[in-house]
Amino acid sequence: MEQYVQEKSLPVAYPKEAAETHVKRKSSFIAALPFIGPFLVLIILFYLIPVVLTVIMSFTGMDFTLEWKFVGLKNYIKLCQDKSAGIAALNTLKYVASTLLINVGFGFLLAITTTYFTKKQNTGLLFQTIWMLPRMTPAVIYALLWLWFLDPTEYGMLNAFFGKLFNAPPRDWILTSPMPVVIIANGLIGASLGMVVFSAAIKSIPESYFHAASVDGATDWDIIRYVIIPFLKWPIMFMTIWQTLSLLTSYEYILLITDGGPLNKSEVWALYSYHKAFGSYEFGYGAAISVVLVIIAVIIALVMLKVFGYDAMMNRGKTKVQG
Amino acid sequence: MPQVKRNKRGILHSAPIYIFLILVSLPIVIAYLWLFASSFSSKLTLGIFPKELTLYNWRFLWSEIKLGLTAFESIWPVTLNSILLAGSITILEVIISLLAGFALSRMDFPGKDLIMKTTIILHAFPGVALLIALFYVLNFINLLDSIMGVVLVKVALELPMATWMIKGFFDEIPWELEWAAYIDGCNKFQLWYKVILPQIKPGISAVAIFAFLAGWSEFIYSYTFLFSSEHYTLAVFLKNLIGDFRFLDYGLLAAAGLFYLIPVIVFFLISQKSLMKINFGGIKG
Repeated sequence: MEQYVQEKSLPVAYPKEAAETHVKRKSSFIAALPFIGPFLVLIILFYLIPVVLTVIMSFTGMDFTLEWKFVGLKNYIKLCQDKSAGIAALNTLKYVASTLLINVGFGFLLAITTTYFTKKQNTGLLFQTIWMLPRMTPAVIYALLWLWFLDPTEYGMLNAFFGKLFNAPPRDWILTSPMPVVIIANGLIGASLGMVVFSAAIKSIPESYFHAASVDGATDWDIIRYVIIPFLKWPIMFMTIWQTLSLLTSYEYILLITDGGPLNKSEVWALYSYHKAFGSYEFGYGAAISVVLVIIAVIIALVMLKVFGYDAMMNRGKTKVQG
Repeated sequence: MPQVKRNKRGILHSAPIYIFLILVSLPIVIAYLWLFASSFSSKLTLGIFPKELTLYNWRFLWSEIKLGLTAFESIWPVTLNSILLAGSITILEVIISLLAGFALSRMDFPGKDLIMKTTIILHAFPGVALLIALFYVLNFINLLDSIMGVVLVKVALELPMATWMIKGFFDEIPWELEWAAYIDGCNKFQLWYKVILPQIKPGISAVAIFAFLAGWSEFIYSYTFLFSSEHYTLAVFLKNLIGDFRFLDYGLLAAAGLFYLIPVIVFFLISQKSLMKINFGGIKG
């Protein structure tokens, strides 16, 4: 320890800053263009232009002919009167709130149990790996597993289980409770993200805190309450906002498992936009529905930038980030 | 790691924790066991135990799958499409993010700050919200119903993330190295290619692996932007297969699913431990 401190306090003799300024100073935008050019082209073509286009399209009655027929605010007026949109909005609220609870709450529970309570690190890692499986699995296969699990005949796992245990007749789970199905299916995926993020945060808590707490005779519950949770405040906040954004806009699993059905019962806002655009080819109307999402997404992204700042946005915890 | 307390307590104390973990993890394990077991058997008992072993479910590998009068296309061209899609995504994403990451980390140019801020906002911004406009853009540049179109869209949507990671790797390389290269007479491209890139090989391979897996798993863009069956990828193929065989033949679906899952399984076995360190984030629920 002492040696480390000494090393640190040695004066820095080599010309690090000099090198940095020397190399950095001279580039003009033209010099940087060969490097940054391809990046900019793709970002502008497939991110910035689509954002602008979505807004413009929402004022048109565009259909599959892709012609611009401007109709003013008609789409938005229609949206306000659309009963299905109302249902979708309500479903979205339920879906995002409940899934968030699983993502953050259950993710936290998994992180605590696999990181803090599990004696052997390998055992914890084993469980974490199991929970990473659904996340790494392509969406189509993940959906297939759910379809089998909930199969309406006694072939489905859940029905087989209840049949053997309680002699219950097979049920069509997707038909009777579509919302819980999509909430749990999405929740499991998100919970693994919460688990990894929170585990990394728990691991970064200095061990002396745990020593001190146990000397003071703290119980596990005290340690969770007064040591771990205060440390996890930021990661939890970050996860909550981040997941809100992705839950609002992601509908892949819902599309694959229930497709919004039966009868719009699990239709969420983003999926409704998709159905309008690619189901009945109302591109203009679909765009108007998307605009609502785009606005919310931009606001949340800006709020995140403001609250968490540059670095935290990109380096969540000690582990490196990947999408 | 906080080991202190637990040493004093026995297995009895941690038993409820293990029971909890096993109970909640069991359904996941069962689901994947089922996928494996039912692909190799014609009958299952209690959901996951195979009764009669068979390779009949894997018939899609050597013959056409028929349902009534309609025949499904062979899986091999579809697999090639998936490899082409994932491979192109990987190559483009790695090259472009290496170039851009270098500029953002090592160069100072007007507009850099704006680009960095935009990158961060885009990183949080979900691309699926733009699907309708992307459809129009692809149609405009004549890349609708083409694998290349899906590749470009997917690369663009993953670039902010990949570039930021690569920038992070570049940031850790000492400046002295670069300075020395300049003194030896390197220009910017030589420096990038000969001096810096070899330094961050592990980082590059991490980005490449995740780009490949993301491309391999890609569903929604292929499903929306590809209409001709000769351009179908495995994800779209499997989605159609599930639509037709869902209540008829789970064995076939499980086998096809497992076939599609092979790269993921390989990756999982190889990098099980480092996976936990590298992977998290992304726009998945």
